[in-house]
Amino acid sequence: MTFADLAIIGLGGGIGTLIRYILALKWNATRSLPIGTLFVNWSGSFLIGFIAMLNLNSLWTYFIISGIAGGMTTFSTLNKELVILWKDGKRKIFFFYLIGTYSIGIFFAYLGIVAGRLLAP
Amino acid sequence: MKNALFVGIAGAFGAIARVWMGTIFHSEAFPFGTLIPNLIGSFSLCFLSGGAIRKLTSDESLQTAVTTGFLGSFTTFSAFSLETVELFQNGQHLLGIAYLLLSIVGGLAAGLLGSSVSRKKVSV
Repeated sequence: MTFADLAIIGLGGGIGTLIRYILALKWNATRSLPIGTLFVNWSGSFLIGFIAMLNLNSLWTYFIISGIAGGMTTFSTLNKELVILWKDGKRKIFFFYLIGTYSIGIFFAYLGIVAGRLLAP
Repeated sequence: MKNALFVGIAGAFGAIARVWMGTIFHSEAFPFGTLIPNLIGSFSLCFLSGGAIRKLTSDESLQTAVTTGFLGSFTTFSAFSLETVELFQNGQHLLGIAYLLLSIVGGLAAGLLGSSVSRKKVSV
């Protein structure tokens, strides 16, 4: 991996992280369903599936897949929010958030793959 | 504005650290390169959010940069989703189910462990 690869991953990662941060500020309700995190994890999953099918060159792949999609989606915040919901006794929201994130997130990656294959050159 | 700047810069380093760690744990057979940073990041975030971060710094924009910025970007959900679909599309259903369960249960266990270690060791 070259320095340019690392720089482009950092640039994409910074942009993706800012998207997640802004949406979380706007939409994450305190002590309830974190809609901002849910949204970035779903849409980032679609994005990665879509871009993975387009056979872009490695710099674009690093920028969008490792950088933007990787930075805008998060696994650590998801689990932190799940732990808080569980400890607060919000069991219904906990299961809804857990099952919703994983099932629809994976489905969105699949939809992205299907859409990417349709448009792939 | 200062918050956003810090978060963005920390997110850039988080992404680079994720890719770097992904190459260390890379395996053709199973997506350890994603799973391991995801579990380490979940433990670390819950440990820091449980109180440890306030011992490190009282600057709130620095706290957000480390948690939301660096650790948020260090872990990823999109690569997990894509790899899960790919395992199933390759007919590796058992590996797909193992990856799904290790991520769901492992992520929660790492988070719970992080927050309980934080409560015991830090908040006292």
